[in-house]
Amino acid sequence: MLSQQILNGITLGATYALIALGYTMVYGIIQLINFAHGEIYMVGAFVGVFMITVFQQGLVVSLAAAMLACVIMGVTIERFAYRPLRRSTRLAPLISAIGLSIFLQTLMTKIKGPQPIPFPHVMEDALYKLGPIEISKVQIIILVVASLLMAGLHFIVKYVKIGKAMRAASEDYDTSALMGINVNRVISFTFAIGSSLAAAGGVLVGLYFNSVSPFMGVTAGLKAFCAAVLGGIGSIPGAMLGGLFIGVAETLGIAGGFDTYKDAIAFTLLIIVLLFRPTGLLGRPIQKKV
Amino acid sequence: MDSIFSMFLNDYYIQVLTMLGIYLIAALGLNLITGVTGQLSFGHAAFLSIGAYTSAIISLKLQLPFVVALLAAGLMTAIWGILLGYPTLRLTGDYLGIATLGFGEIVRVVFLNMKITGGALGLAGIPRSTSLTMVIILVFITILAMFRLENSRFGRSLIAIREDEIAAEAMGINITKTKITAFALGTFFAGVGGGLYAHLIQYLNPQDFGFVKSFDFLAFIVLGGLGSIPGAILGTTVLTLAPEFLRFVADYRMMIYGLLMVFMMIVRPRGLLGGVKLSRLFAKKKVQTTGTSASGGAN
Repeated sequence: MLSQQILNGITLGATYALIALGYTMVYGIIQLINFAHGEIYMVGAFVGVFMITVFQQGLVVSLAAAMLACVIMGVTIERFAYRPLRRSTRLAPLISAIGLSIFLQTLMTKIKGPQPIPFPHVMEDALYKLGPIEISKVQIIILVVASLLMAGLHFIVKYVKIGKAMRAASEDYDTSALMGINVNRVISFTFAIGSSLAAAGGVLVGLYFNSVSPFMGVTAGLKAFCAAVLGGIGSIPGAMLGGLFIGVAETLGIAGGFDTYKDAIAFTLLIIVLLFRPTGLLGRPIQKKV
Repeated sequence: MDSIFSMFLNDYYIQVLTMLGIYLIAALGLNLITGVTGQLSFGHAAFLSIGAYTSAIISLKLQLPFVVALLAAGLMTAIWGILLGYPTLRLTGDYLGIATLGFGEIVRVVFLNMKITGGALGLAGIPRSTSLTMVIILVFITILAMFRLENSRFGRSLIAIREDEIAAEAMGINITKTKITAFALGTFFAGVGGGLYAHLIQYLNPQDFGFVKSFDFLAFIVLGGLGSIPGAILGTTVLTLAPEFLRFVADYRMMIYGLLMVFMMIVRPRGLLGGVKLSRLFAKKKVQTTGTSASGGAN
């Protein structure tokens, strides 16, 4: 059923979008592809599991705790692994990010073992019928949480002072510094927001697929990154659009019998879009200056 | 000569050194693309896998000599390099990197689904034809070729493209053609490296050529000093041998390896040999190196 598949795709896409937002905001300001972002998402999922199993907390508290933990982690990573490299060549922080990603993955494997662990049972799942389509309680939770977070992000970026500073810094880093914006604080804040969204994504995906593993950040991170670029990297609505687009395309691809090619669908789409729109769907064209 | 090596070194060292040689050949190929020409490539492992599978299939199905298989691996990979490069090299900077990253993942998934490559089970039973002597000779040929290439008219136009594409074009360099040639040459070496790899490990699995491997190669050349041939050699050697030396810490090996990458980058952001001219170090007259020497790399 087509409408059912589209709904499933949107649910999956919403989680991609949550991760993609972190990539796109960081890239928008410091032009860094933060390859450790997928690992932050993975750690977020584990913190969620930890809160539920060890501290017996509900989903809301666990989600908040995972987001908070990842905020601290994201800001720390930026401070110690990226900030010293801000004025060096573009590839230096990228390699630093890859090193961090390897570190976090093996650290988590050491703590929890390489096998995926099931997401603890937090509530009874139920199916609701909406005309021809069925929607599960988990799907509703994912869609509601993701929409709330994205609406919150939109509010911050559009109306709050620090959000305006973020937009200014992504428009022109040096000029915004000259205008008295504390760019370091803006960047820390960007990492904080991006990491918290990724953590929320991690917990929601764990809940949806009922599985959390130290390697879950690799593919999900890569696909979310794909979504960010597809939508136009640096553009916040672009990341949301890209995430939904890839989620729906992937679900439809699987339903259409391409399930063994599942992981290639996002990248094929990405290359095709880049060939026709080199800066993504909602990206601004690059100006070449002599 | 291999018998001499086996007199002094045990099988483990021979295996590690042969692997290092293979990585050197592939890394020097990437250095030509990313270091010298400044074109980001995040899909180098995919080119390695194309070479590896091509040579393995030629050895297994057609039973042709190893030399033929290696050459075919290089050529096949270069052809794919051109096929990918032609549409994508118009993209600039990070977007090119992203497109090559996507290409790498697509290649991996396609190999996982093809019959002739053995799919997810992998391809086993490849004859062991790669020897340390052969790899050492090929490494020297590669290094020599890279030095000759860099100091040729073509090599200078590559550096010109890296430094300023528009200025290079104004000087009459055919940007697209030059970039694609560099891409084809770089991927050729990746293909040869892949062929050697296949005939050393004797088993191929698409999962061994994921994007993590591509980033390993990128880390090799960036840590060594982007655009510098001695840098690429040093970076590859340090990062290939580090996990072997770290075996004593067992489970913490990759953790330390990851932190080592971060630490080395922060201490020397331009790479171990970035901005260092070896010829100047050895010259009698000490010339003060200024910060203006070419920093290299994709900007």
